[in-house]
Amino acid sequence: MQVSSFSFKASILVAGLTMATSAFAVDITGAGATFPYPIYAKWAESYNVKTGVKLNYQSIGSGGGIKQITNKTVDFGASDKPLTPEALEKAGLIQFPTVVGGVVPVINIPGVATGELRLSGELLANIFLKKITRWNDPAIKSLNPSLALPDSAITVVHRSDGSGTTFVFANYLSKVSKEWGTKVGADTSVAWPTGVGGKGNEGVAAYAQRIKGSIGYVEYAYAKENNLPVVTMQNSEGEFVKPNLESFQSAAKFAKWESAPGFYEILTNEPGKTTWPIAGATFILMHKSQDKPENAAEVLKFFDWGYTNGSLMAKGLDYVPMPDSVVKLIEASWKTNLKGKDGAAIWSK
Amino acid sequence: MSSLNSEVEIKNAGGEAVLSPALPLNQQSKTREVKSMSSTTQNKNIGARLDKLFHYTTMFFAFLVFILLFGIIVTLFMGSLPALKTFGPAFFTSSAWNPVDIQFGGLVPIYGTFITALIAMLIGIPVSFGIAIFITELSPVWLKRPIGIAIELLAGIPSIIYGMWGLFVFAPFFADHVQPWINDNLGELPLIGVVFQGPPMGIGMLTAGFILAIMVIPFTSSVMRDVFEIVPTMLKESAYGLGSTTWEVVWNVVLPYTKTGVVGGIMLGLGRALGETMAVTFVIGNAHELSASLMMPGNTISSALANEFTEAVGDVYTSSLITLGLTLFVITFIVLALAKLLLIRLAMREGKNT
Repeated sequence: MQVSSFSFKASILVAGLTMATSAFAVDITGAGATFPYPIYAKWAESYNVKTGVKLNYQSIGSGGGIKQITNKTVDFGASDKPLTPEALEKAGLIQFPTVVGGVVPVINIPGVATGELRLSGELLANIFLKKITRWNDPAIKSLNPSLALPDSAITVVHRSDGSGTTFVFANYLSKVSKEWGTKVGADTSVAWPTGVGGKGNEGVAAYAQRIKGSIGYVEYAYAKENNLPVVTMQNSEGEFVKPNLESFQSAAKFAKWESAPGFYEILTNEPGKTTWPIAGATFILMHKSQDKPENAAEVLKFFDWGYTNGSLMAKGLDYVPMPDSVVKLIEASWKTNLKGKDGAAIWSK
Repeated sequence: MSSLNSEVEIKNAGGEAVLSPALPLNQQSKTREVKSMSSTTQNKNIGARLDKLFHYTTMFFAFLVFILLFGIIVTLFMGSLPALKTFGPAFFTSSAWNPVDIQFGGLVPIYGTFITALIAMLIGIPVSFGIAIFITELSPVWLKRPIGIAIELLAGIPSIIYGMWGLFVFAPFFADHVQPWINDNLGELPLIGVVFQGPPMGIGMLTAGFILAIMVIPFTSSVMRDVFEIVPTMLKESAYGLGSTTWEVVWNVVLPYTKTGVVGGIMLGLGRALGETMAVTFVIGNAHELSASLMMPGNTISSALANEFTEAVGDVYTSSLITLGLTLFVITFIVLALAKLLLIRLAMREGKNT
């Protein structure tokens, strides 16, 4: 009895304290994609120390993020798959990219080290289409004359859960292979012609490490942290490029954001000699017409702070920050598109 | 009974523990009963009312089960309507699963659910039976407790641990040592050979079935052990006295005496095998592909739900997953109903024989 009354008093005390702190500033809430969660959390922590504004971000998945922002239960939604301009218009939303991540094919071929295997987009698509089924296929050999490729079956490993990573990867395959585009297409989960499915990046990595002769795809940070052997890819200009922060940033830089309404731009097969061909930005969704302009202003201030002060933090976590030129475009779109109830612009910087 | 109770309660009033929320009031009334005999009738009224209150409270709790069940069925049904409207009954016979074209069918996960559960039961039932028989009939006394405790510990391990163990330890072992053997020896068999042919990845429906069997064994065997233990020693000793072997005692005395409990234990295991999620998700390979080979990756209803629900975008996709959930619910219901029917028939036959 004593214990319970004590804990009851304690809980009142705690409740009082939290109420007191939240009274100082507006808290902002967001929900959605899991991929950018680490960087949003890191930004939020530093931002809170600096301004006292707290960000409550629930990484429930892009699908959930879109649902929650449509129902207006959060101040912003987050999605790895951008909404089309039409879908944005219909829901009365705007979207903007925050950070860029790369998707890399990882392999498990005995005797082949990281970066040694070279593949073109078409070859990669044919492997995932089950048209190339052995590692010593002449098409792979012709790109890798010096590699001793084994006569073993290729096992494709893909994501079993819906994921922005899958969307970016499938989007790339449909850009480089007509057959992939018509047969499979691109979405957060697709009907895979072949292979085994792992749950999450860690699931794909675990399968790829267990199964000899396998090829899968994971987020770059994941491949880097776990030292998974990666593939060198041929980009749209015919150059062979290794995956790293520079080659992802090159994709973000050469992308034509200014001519993409609603920033609907997937950074796959982008131009540029140094560009890694499979990258993608992650996006924030907000309502154009804001019922709570003070919350929206706080959200914008937070991301503006992230763009200007968060680059190093992003790089530390293997995300590519948005280039300055793109940030200017984004903030210009805030100014013209985000309005309070009275029609006044929320962002005026 | 009631006077005995009141004595006990009065004694308790001096102590520290309060046994149930209804008790303090009860105590008050009972203490008063002792103090003044004149107000007995009034107190009886209060006691009767409290009894009634207690009756309705417990009834409400019991009916809560119905309310919950009904709520879940209605929610699942409402949620599955969009998919059922779009695809009709063909949903259950189609093996398509294409989120891009919004074409969904439940055949692959339903098939996978049945096959993995079947493998689990084929392995799990004989092993559980053996464990239970050994503990109750054959084991030296000093070994009974350690085995019993070990089984209970196995039952307490979270399923995700089984999944991780399955993926990191069991699957590689299976791929290197068991699957090549199965491929070479069973894969050559006519007709059923195709079931055992496939790349030795260590991941697939057979592995999932094995892991499920390991997860089912603690449940089934501990229920079996418990029911075997209630067989009166006199019956068994009599059979032994007549010169029966252990096998004969088990088959002719223990099993007939405990068949209800044994079937119950098997059903408990089957229930777990059908609904198990995380462990299966780790090792089954999660591919929406229908294949005759047990070595190939497949999918079960619960692992499809675990994998895809969070990122399912669009009404039809979500609704298709909910329809799968409803299907699992119905399958479990049918299995339970069949088990009850089986038990009733067993009981009826018993009546005829005697």
